[in-house]
Amino acid sequence: MTVRPDRPEPMNAVPVRHPGRWVAVAVLAVLAAMLVHTIVTNDGFGWPVVGDYLFSPPVLNGLKNTLILTVLSMAIGIVGGVLLAVMRLSPNWILSSVAAVYIWVFRGTPLIAQLLFWNFLSALYPRLSLGIPFGPEFVSFDTNQLINQFAACLLGLGLNEAAYMAEIVRGGIASVEHGQTEAAGALGMSRAQTLRRIVLPQAMRVIIPPTGNETISMLKTSSLVVVIGYFELLTSVQRIYSVNFQTIPLLIVAALWYLALTSILSVGQGFIERRYGRGLQTGPPGPSLLGFLRRSPQEVAP
Amino acid sequence: MTPMVEALGIHKSFGATRVLRGVDLVVQPGEVSCVIGPSGSGKSTLLRCINHLERIDSGRLRVDGHLVGYRERNGRLFEMRESEVAHQRRDIGMVFQRFNLFPHKTAIENVMEAPVVVRRQDKAAARTRAVELLDRVGLADRRDNYPAQLSGGQQQRVAIARALAMSPRLMLFDEPTSALDPELVGEVLDVMRGLAREGMTMVVVTHEMGFAREVGDALVFMDEGVIVEHGAPREVLANPQHERTRSFLSKVL
Ligand SMILES: Nc1ncnc2c1ncn2[C@@H]1O[C@H](COP(=O)(O)OP(=O)(O)O)[C@@H](O)[C@H]1O
Ligand SMILES: [Mg+2]
Repeated sequence: MTVRPDRPEPMNAVPVRHPGRWVAVAVLAVLAAMLVHTIVTNDGFGWPVVGDYLFSPPVLNGLKNTLILTVLSMAIGIVGGVLLAVMRLSPNWILSSVAAVYIWVFRGTPLIAQLLFWNFLSALYPRLSLGIPFGPEFVSFDTNQLINQFAACLLGLGLNEAAYMAEIVRGGIASVEHGQTEAAGALGMSRAQTLRRIVLPQAMRVIIPPTGNETISMLKTSSLVVVIGYFELLTSVQRIYSVNFQTIPLLIVAALWYLALTSILSVGQGFIERRYGRGLQTGPPGPSLLGFLRRSPQEVAP
Repeated sequence: MTPMVEALGIHKSFGATRVLRGVDLVVQPGEVSCVIGPSGSGKSTLLRCINHLERIDSGRLRVDGHLVGYRERNGRLFEMRESEVAHQRRDIGMVFQRFNLFPHKTAIENVMEAPVVVRRQDKAAARTRAVELLDRVGLADRRDNYPAQLSGGQQQRVAIARALAMSPRLMLFDEPTSALDPELVGEVLDVMRGLAREGMTMVVVTHEMGFAREVGDALVFMDEGVIVEHGAPREVLANPQHERTRSFLSKVL
């Protein structure tokens, strides 16, 4: 910025000094140097082994399962969460109570127990059938065939996630001013149209950040499927190091992949947040590891 | 002639609070009725009953000859389904004190929303009409702005255009200028004046006595859930018949 002649003279004051900050920076720099040094020189990290396994077929196979489980479980969780949230907010007390009980049960019991439950459903109900309640059956399935290991994983992770997403979505919907619903109603929009076109798009701003957290958390939570004998990224590396005893390098392999996926998700979240931030003034973006990616144009301009 | 609004003995309570206690009101097509009264007297509630945002407890409320929110068959009342209520509301426009524009949509998207979603109008046609309406309220150059980028007066004018986009036969205004800075009141009242001139039937809750006197065909004074006084605006303002009207007017004039 140039000072034009018609501008008042700048202040020319001596800025406040922050010696404490410089001391902190120096200490952190030394610690960081020590960390890099030990990571590079300590053979225990086994960087060559990390390189060997990073793209090996069993690891990539596990990675693929982690991705599939995360995407599908989150899809079930989000769709289910929206349905539960709408039921929870319904004026019909029966719908509302059903949703409340669902949320209570699925948030209140351990996920591992839920995964095991779905896996062993066949012990409880050997056959599942479609038909008229208490009346004739049309088709009947062997439970073990219908709910294989993979389906049990999805049911366990997805239905549990739906309970958490329901509360997130409910908070989002509640954050939208009541006047919006009234204005839409006064224009002749139905409740469903109002929800889809007016309320949910505005609720998104509140819903997205915690949903991003849930997705990142799901990447790692999906490793619990090991309890019913399924496998994903973490299970794959465990299987490898239980044979070759290269525990640390293989854990680093898994960690690198998790970090890569988390980074991609954070960037994606930034884009979605901006998409739904349109027209809505948001406060300054919260602190974020990848915050530099979502700086707004005004902030970048001098 | 069928009255545009015909309210007979309207009662409405919220829990133990009796907000409307037997309101009778008739508004003829093309008429502008202004409603004044102290805060909490039930003015907003009355307006909201007219488009069934609130359900009345007793009485009969008709808009353009049709019961609002109910069907009458063989002398019995049947509550309308939600979709039927929505259908009725298409023909009644409402403008709110706090504008209630959709903040995630631009001015023109706000105006196009209901015609496209509710009336299933073709997008291009809805856009053409929205451009006309925004032009009419003096905002042709602001059509791509989001509400947050508009002043209060501009937002309220978009809100009026949004209501007009549904081609309503009746417009309800709930203190449309009360949330505005004084210098922005005029631009909104100008738009409303234009509407009245074109023959729109309007019920306007307002504190703008000048507007009521100049534009109103009738002035209604409400207090504690009843209509205390009802007449030609000039007469009610110049020569109030009731003590409560006199004391209210002495405070606001
Ligand atoms: N949804 C509601 N629930 C409970 N009380 C309400 C509700 N809406 C309005 N009221 C009460 O009804 C009374 C009249 O309100 P209102 O019609 O808004 O008055 P006005 O618009 O004349 O100021 C007030 O006492 C208000 O508190
Ligand atoms: Mg009011």
